[in-house]
Amino acid sequence: MSFHRITIRINGNLEQVDVPGNLTLLQMLRDKLGLTGTKNGCASGECGACTVILNGDAVNSCMVVAAECDGAEITTIEGLASSGDLDMVQKMILEEGGVQCGFCTPGILMSARALLNRNPHPTEFDIRDAISGNLCRCTGYNRIVTAISRAAEAESAAVK
Amino acid sequence: MNNAHPGLPDFVEYVKPASLEEASKFLVAHAGESRPFLGATDCIVRMRDGIWKTKYLVDVKGLDGTNQITFDPAVGLTIGAAVPMNKVAAHPAVIKHYPLLAEACHWVASYQLRSRATIVGNICNASPAGDTIGASMLLEGVLRVFGPDGYRDEPLNGFFKGPGRTNLKPGDIAVSVSFPLPPQGNSGRYIKLGRNKLGDLAIVGVTAFGYPDSSAASGYRFRIALASVAPIPLRVPKAEELLASKPIDEAVLAEAAQLAYESCTPIDDVRGSARYRKQMVRNLTRNALVDIWSKIRKDA
Ligand SMILES: Cc1cc2nc3c(=O)[nH]c(=O)nc-3n(C[C@H](O)[C@H](O)[C@H](O)COP(=O)(O)OP(=O)(O)OC[C@H]3O[C@@H](n4cnc5c(N)ncnc54)[C@H](O)[C@@H]3O)c2cc1C
Ligand code: FES
Ligand code: FES
Repeated sequence: MSFHRITIRINGNLEQVDVPGNLTLLQMLRDKLGLTGTKNGCASGECGACTVILNGDAVNSCMVVAAECDGAEITTIEGLASSGDLDMVQKMILEEGGVQCGFCTPGILMSARALLNRNPHPTEFDIRDAISGNLCRCTGYNRIVTAISRAAEAESAAVK
Repeated sequence: MNNAHPGLPDFVEYVKPASLEEASKFLVAHAGESRPFLGATDCIVRMRDGIWKTKYLVDVKGLDGTNQITFDPAVGLTIGAAVPMNKVAAHPAVIKHYPLLAEACHWVASYQLRSRATIVGNICNASPAGDTIGASMLLEGVLRVFGPDGYRDEPLNGFFKGPGRTNLKPGDIAVSVSFPLPPQGNSGRYIKLGRNKLGDLAIVGVTAFGYPDSSAASGYRFRIALASVAPIPLRVPKAEELLASKPIDEAVLAEAAQLAYESCTPIDDVRGSARYRKQMVRNLTRNALVDIWSKIRKDA
């Protein structure tokens, strides 16, 4: 087994990691870097619990080979509130009660953050499309959709 | 590691060649135990489940323009192999001139998966269920391939040989897929029937495309491709010929849909029975044709 030394910017910090070729980004985050906020639900690209932002795009980290991330910029759920203040999508999910067991929540938040970064004024369709790969067995999605829509409104009001 | 869901087997190695030549040579030297990859969304699942025993995953992203998408009205559209579906579907030239391609991308899995999954990966994977293959065939897609003997072009019609089997040989690397400018006044539809609205493979997929053409006896030409109902993505030449020769009306569109029904050879599986699939091919083909006809007919 050969290792690859990769340099990544993770939640704003530069890190060097030695990864074997068979490691997924999800395994690297959880098992090498101790960032266990990113969840392993299916390891098959189906559930979205492992969603992180890779070079600006929401991706399933279980579907990415860690070794190919050399030079990449990665944001995980731990990076959302790194300054101590909750991100707007986190605040609104809490206010709306869009969390029950919480297993899907880190993934949903990362999908939502990536959406608002690329599209500050999403329609309900855009929101549902952005979280189409995030399965939630508890909430029934409506409160999550409302929360993301309120986060978008609050952020654009703050910009004005 | 105590994950309920394990990752790739320990023997898997990641290889990042510096050029297409180097990648192709490596793939030839390790034929049978290596494969090129792009988004890895098929590779990771297949290798994790032990269906593919690949040892070397050869990353071909970023080599020689594979990350670019270019449009020139005189030549058409060229999508680099490594461009993920979300980037394709959001490209202004795709939205304007190739909306069928954007529509097909949109039916693949979920947003996150499409941040990684590529059209060229969908094509090279050669699943009869591949959602973007029908649109790529009907828009006259041509795969540009770099192989041991240099570059060559592979038109998609005739490219598929069976489930997971294509004209590609060890050492071949698809670098892009190109599409000519589609005919004036065209319209296309992709109708995917899944067990749920999103994220499942097609039980049946019907792609149809039509445009006015004065060289056809009917004044129109249509193209039809079917997913998940034969060992390969299936064109329906008999129906296409009928629609070029007989004056178009609802009855002729229904007759063409019946020919699609007769030409497909689906199997029973967990997603649906062969009988159900055939009937849905007929119904969805008719729906797609009626919809396109309403948009392209000149007397409307
Ligand atoms: C959860 C999930 C849901 C999915 N849902 C859908 C769906 O709804 N519809 C659908 O059509 N598909 C679906 N897929 C399958 C898959 O995402 C698509 O087939 C995708 O387009 C593959 O693209 P990729 O870039 O990830 O391919 P990869 O996994 O990188 O490669 C796919 C195949 O092509 C070969 N290959 C890759 N690059 C090249 C190249 N440059 N030259 C030659 N051969 C090459 C590989 O060796 C491999 O055999 C799903 C997959 C998952 C995991
Ligand atoms: S763990 Fe990655 S999609 Fe489920
Ligand atoms: S809150 Fe339990 S899965 Fe979403």
